[in-house]
Amino acid sequence: MTTFFAILFYAAFAILVVGVGLKVAQYARTPAPLKIPTTPAPLTPAGAAFRVGREVALFESLFKANKPLWIFAMVFHLGLALVVVRHLRYFIDPVWAPIVWLQPFGIYGGMAMLAGLAALFVRRIVIQRIAYISGPSDYLMLALLLAIGASGMMMKMVAHTDIVAVKSFFLGLMVFDIRALPADPILAIHLFLVALLMLVFPFSKLLHAPGVFFSPTRNQADDPRERRHLAPWAAQLERERN
Amino acid sequence: MAADTKIPAMGDPAERAIPCLQPDAMAQSKPYVAAPAHNEPLGFPGELVPDWQEKGIARMGELLGKYKSLQVYMDICVKCGACTDKCHYFLGTGDPKNMPVARQDLFRSVYRRYFTPVGKALGAVGMGKLVGAREFTKEVLDEWFNYFHQCSQCRRCSVFCPYGIDTAEVSMAARDIMDNIGLGHKYANEIIGKVHKIGNNLGLPGPALIDNLEGLEEDLKDETGQDIRMPVDQEGAEILLVTPSADFFAEPHVLGLMGYAKVFHAAGTSWTLSTKATEAANFAMFIGNYEQMQKIAMRIREAALELGVKRIIFGECGHAWRVAYSFLNTLIGPMDFLDPRYPKPQHILEFTYDLIKRGGIKLDKSGNDGMVLTFHDSCNVARASRMGDFAGGQFVIPREVIKACVPKFVDMHADTIGEKTFCCGGGGGLLTDELMDVRIKGSAPRMEALNDVVKREGVTHMAAICAICKAQFTKVLPTYGFDREMIVSVHQLVSNAIVLGNND
Repeated sequence: MTTFFAILFYAAFAILVVGVGLKVAQYARTPAPLKIPTTPAPLTPAGAAFRVGREVALFESLFKANKPLWIFAMVFHLGLALVVVRHLRYFIDPVWAPIVWLQPFGIYGGMAMLAGLAALFVRRIVIQRIAYISGPSDYLMLALLLAIGASGMMMKMVAHTDIVAVKSFFLGLMVFDIRALPADPILAIHLFLVALLMLVFPFSKLLHAPGVFFSPTRNQADDPRERRHLAPWAAQLERERN
Repeated sequence: MAADTKIPAMGDPAERAIPCLQPDAMAQSKPYVAAPAHNEPLGFPGELVPDWQEKGIARMGELLGKYKSLQVYMDICVKCGACTDKCHYFLGTGDPKNMPVARQDLFRSVYRRYFTPVGKALGAVGMGKLVGAREFTKEVLDEWFNYFHQCSQCRRCSVFCPYGIDTAEVSMAARDIMDNIGLGHKYANEIIGKVHKIGNNLGLPGPALIDNLEGLEEDLKDETGQDIRMPVDQEGAEILLVTPSADFFAEPHVLGLMGYAKVFHAAGTSWTLSTKATEAANFAMFIGNYEQMQKIAMRIREAALELGVKRIIFGECGHAWRVAYSFLNTLIGPMDFLDPRYPKPQHILEFTYDLIKRGGIKLDKSGNDGMVLTFHDSCNVARASRMGDFAGGQFVIPREVIKACVPKFVDMHADTIGEKTFCCGGGGGLLTDELMDVRIKGSAPRMEALNDVVKREGVTHMAAICAICKAQFTKVLPTYGFDREMIVSVHQLVSNAIVLGNND
């Protein structure tokens, strides 16, 4: 089992990094030929960057759109963020002080994450419009995250696993030294699903995380009269005409 | 078709009910297909080419490489549904394919099948449905033609999307692909052809325009007793006015044009129209085609250079102002032959507003006695452009001008104005009679908000700054029990209020 998970995590990590890297490179490379910020928009590039920051940190547009959805999304994402921070202790040694302080709150993060996911799942089924636009992959993604959260909480609340050995396993992976993973079925499920999440990330809607930074309606400044904006292919077109 | 249209009920805009889904309610709504005579002058195939599927997919690949918006928006939608109750066509019809995300998915499903690893793999073994991938079949293409012509590219959905996904970008790409495989939209392509051939959307030739303007000068003389000119092709004039051709004779548009003439007259600024650039509108934006859009815009640069003007000012037109404000510098810039002290280009409302602030023109509200005004923010001005030197000037400046001209001004419900404004229902190339049913239904959210201020505040008129809005409201207002003359140009109000120096 140790060997299986070692290979799985190396593969999942490689695919996650390369896959997302390629997507980000594609987004960065593809030109935006026209100025299309959704107005009113900030007048300066710094203002536009701040607008993207507000979308990422506060879900500003979603707040305008739908308050219950904003709450569910916030609860889930903040919960997830806390859980991720709490899990950093498995990958660094010694553990940084702020992460140590945050450990007790990680549990609440896990609860919040599960509650948010459950609300998002119910909403997807119950609201007619949302059910209409939901495909199998939308439900599967929520189910995957729920299962990851639930298996993780079980190891905390119901059947503890040997987290010292788990930490040793991951620290070992990072220096290409394969150390034994505890033979715990819940842990196995938890880790397998996390690897699965890493594998599907670059091929799924999870790309919204890096993608939001590249959205022209949000990251462009409103300055078309002051600064001429010209994409390389449009410049080429212009040269051919002249 | 329009005769059978069931008018959506008008309630309180604060409590607007989201309609229950009525699948396929608008499945039959589609515009006329362009004939070879409409497509070929634009360089598009005359009719649907035999290998359209292959060609269409290839064109999609090309656009994905050229437009960051399209590539990113295809990937990052999480189907959260924030947009599902924001489109006026969905609110008016209940057809689920008019929910922005569902409209995008008509396109995204084809993208997933041919441009994503998982979609390609699962699609090849007939399991594409798992990840929302679909073959690009004739049924899908027909769906595209119907539903991408039920989007007015108003960008209301993009305001509410947590990633700023703009369905307009997707519908423009879809229309560009359809044009490139010979499945054009007759109304748009016929008009673009007229602009190339004659110079404006209405196909009004130069001599007819001059004749028409002379008539307007006479009307102005009768009304004011003064010689208010409407100069054409006047070399050396300070300002080139580019305005939608509807301003030359459609009502209430022409009353706005007379208002511009009075403002220029009162300000003592020399100005001219051009027989070359007789059209501010640029319907190539609606079909998402950069080359066509640039070709149409280029007439403005040529006219400005030929006439040696120092400034370019645009008349009241929504998408024209988007192209002018947001795209003109890109398409035909740099415009360093113009006076750098003024924005390039400028909106007529920016010009009039400056004059009002500086006391350069006098206004007398009694010219609009008895009128209670509200203002319809045109979608392209509101969400795709700006006026003035501060964010949101496009909301403030028109209102300030109106308030300076009328005794009473009232805004409609906050969720229906400003950046949340509703499209008139006729934008994006939908202003054609065969789409009257969807146009009437799509105007329902605006009509509801208008009805509310008519009942509560005694509003008598609604002003707009877009040729399409004005034409659309003139048609749909009577269906909702209002007077067609309720819709007015902002510069029509200026025209009524302006005090011209007397010749005593």
